[in-house]
Amino acid sequence: MSARPLPPAAMLRDAGLSALVALGLFVVLIGLKLTPTDAGMVLEQRWRALAIVVATVFVGRLLMLQWRVWRPASAPTPRVLAEALQRSGRWVAPLLLVVAVVLPLFSGRYVIDVGILVLTYVMLGWGLNIVVGLAGLLDLGYVAFYAVGAYSYALFSTTFHFGFWVTLPVAGLLAACWGVILGFPVLRLRGDYLAIVTLAFGEIIRVVLINWTSFTGGPNGVSDIPRPTLFGLKFNGSGDPDTFAVFFGVDYSITQRIMFLYYVILGLALLTNWVSLRLRRLPLGRAWEALREDEIACRALGIDVTVTKLTAFAIGATFGGFAGAFFATRQGFVSPESFTFTESALVLAIVVLGGLGSQLGVALAALVMIGGTEALRFVNDLLSSLGIQSDFDFTQYRMLVFGIALVVVMVMRPRGLVSGRVPSVALGQRTEIAAELVAQGRG
Amino acid sequence: MTTPLLSVDHLTMRFGGLTAVSALSFVARSGDITAVIGPNGAGKTTVFNCITGFYRPSSGTITLADGGAAHPLHALPGHLITRRAKVARTFQNIRLFAGMTVLENLMVAQHNMLMPSVVNGLLAVFGIGGYRQAQKRAIEKATTWLEAVGLLGRADDPAGALPYGQQRRLEIARAMCTDPVLLCLDEPAAGLNPRESDELSDLLMRIRAGGCSVLLIEHDMGVVMRISDHIVVLDHGKKISDGAPAEVRADPKVIAAYLGEGDEDDIDQVAAEEAA
Repeated sequence: MSARPLPPAAMLRDAGLSALVALGLFVVLIGLKLTPTDAGMVLEQRWRALAIVVATVFVGRLLMLQWRVWRPASAPTPRVLAEALQRSGRWVAPLLLVVAVVLPLFSGRYVIDVGILVLTYVMLGWGLNIVVGLAGLLDLGYVAFYAVGAYSYALFSTTFHFGFWVTLPVAGLLAACWGVILGFPVLRLRGDYLAIVTLAFGEIIRVVLINWTSFTGGPNGVSDIPRPTLFGLKFNGSGDPDTFAVFFGVDYSITQRIMFLYYVILGLALLTNWVSLRLRRLPLGRAWEALREDEIACRALGIDVTVTKLTAFAIGATFGGFAGAFFATRQGFVSPESFTFTESALVLAIVVLGGLGSQLGVALAALVMIGGTEALRFVNDLLSSLGIQSDFDFTQYRMLVFGIALVVVMVMRPRGLVSGRVPSVALGQRTEIAAELVAQGRG
Repeated sequence: MTTPLLSVDHLTMRFGGLTAVSALSFVARSGDITAVIGPNGAGKTTVFNCITGFYRPSSGTITLADGGAAHPLHALPGHLITRRAKVARTFQNIRLFAGMTVLENLMVAQHNMLMPSVVNGLLAVFGIGGYRQAQKRAIEKATTWLEAVGLLGRADDPAGALPYGQQRRLEIARAMCTDPVLLCLDEPAAGLNPRESDELSDLLMRIRAGGCSVLLIEHDMGVVMRISDHIVVLDHGKKISDGAPAEVRADPKVIAAYLGEGDEDDIDQVAAEEAA
């Protein structure tokens, strides 16, 4: 933007013009109001409100023009910000991990519950990151694998009384199978076409879950799903010898179960992270990234593009399945309502916001998106502790707030919170590759 | 050496009603640098795409005879042409993995050596299957080729940040990392300055000396005439000349194709005008 100051007359003329447009727009919208009364319609005139709006536009426009002049010529560029973030990344990740590990020891049930929710989305984000971030395949139906995992555990445990730890790999395997089943028809599709088919796939799974009543229970879902056990020790207050409380000789409290669930999802999320990080440095992960960069060149180098894409879908789906099984055991109840497109969109938003391919970025984005939404519940408490009484219900507006926040972040950092790519192998020092060079993948 | 390595037999490629290549036959011999030349639109890149599996020929056969085995390239799926028949290629418009480093580009090229199957690839996550040694060997090979093309100092830079001439050389190094018996180069000298063209000629001679045959499409006649053992000339999808550089250069049909052939009448007319 030009920092050239306008002469005062020009500024006034500009602001006056804006005010005139506002007047024209709002004279009927705000200035006049029809109110139905017993005596018929009454035309109410609200010139004062109109004047306030027009004056606001006038002053606002003046301030905007002035801001353009006063704004520092070279605002800190995103690159500087990115480098700072990259440097801080060294200690942010370990710090987050330490906080995640000790959090349940120092907090109440509510915080642990929110922690479980955040970690579930961190795990889903990391799982989807394999497909979207590394292989560059836009998947809008990721929730389908989450659903497959959840229903796998729900049905195996309620029908055959399988335990959580036995069913977990089965749920992952089944989700992987569905990943391959989805993968086959979409192998030849790219970009928008791929996105549409994956979107449809997610919906098909949900619609089948709703309508196949005899198998899935339809809209009623599956309830009474057993809770996970710690080496056979249950978490309940029945006083049986095979419960956690009796075995360790402590008093039963519900927090024990919540804490256990928290560490289970933390472990699963870290497993996802470890496998992703490890795969990135192995030929398979490198082939995924090469596929994202240039599919034709991959083919010319003898890489089987079909197999490479299918493994990306399958491995991404496996972690979705694990997360789903965990979701089922945590809720104790699953129904198709939990697996709507909104979930897919939310997980994708986390991945995009965090930065495609960045593990730390995805974790931060999940924390902000899920944890931040919860934090809005406490805005009023915070305000009242500062002595401000407010009846404004921020939780009603949290989706709006996050929509705006997303737009702002994407405008300022179009490649996500943590962009750039660290090479998987180096002769000398690994230096980060600027995001501008890295392809985003068009499917 | 006179053993035929690549035999193209009656290759025809039609796109709808357009015949891009018609009944083309030629042989590239083992240990030779074979050049395919011709005016723009002669069908050179189409022939290349058929050989490297990016197009499926409408009719005709392409056979690669390596040692005892004969690979029918016209019927193999694209990735197997590189993997099994050991034919590598570069592209007219460079196709590097721009967001990956120079070294990573060469590691991706050795994918099949590093990961013989998906099962191996997954086992490597848990450190099973001797992946470490394979990776060490792959880095060694990559280093050798980086040295050969003079890019060792830029191994850890992103490929997309290299200047044009270096990108061309990196693409050749990447193709060579797949251990090919035949290297197909689509206009490798395009956009290079004279000094870089000379370096390219040297590099190709060294590749031939290393035992890899070369098939190249090229417009730079200096490069073609200097290094080729054998030249095939195409025009309008048909072969118009085939032979050693000296023969091809003297062939009136080649001269006509490049300089534009006028009708007999036109020539007479021009002669008459000149006389007048």
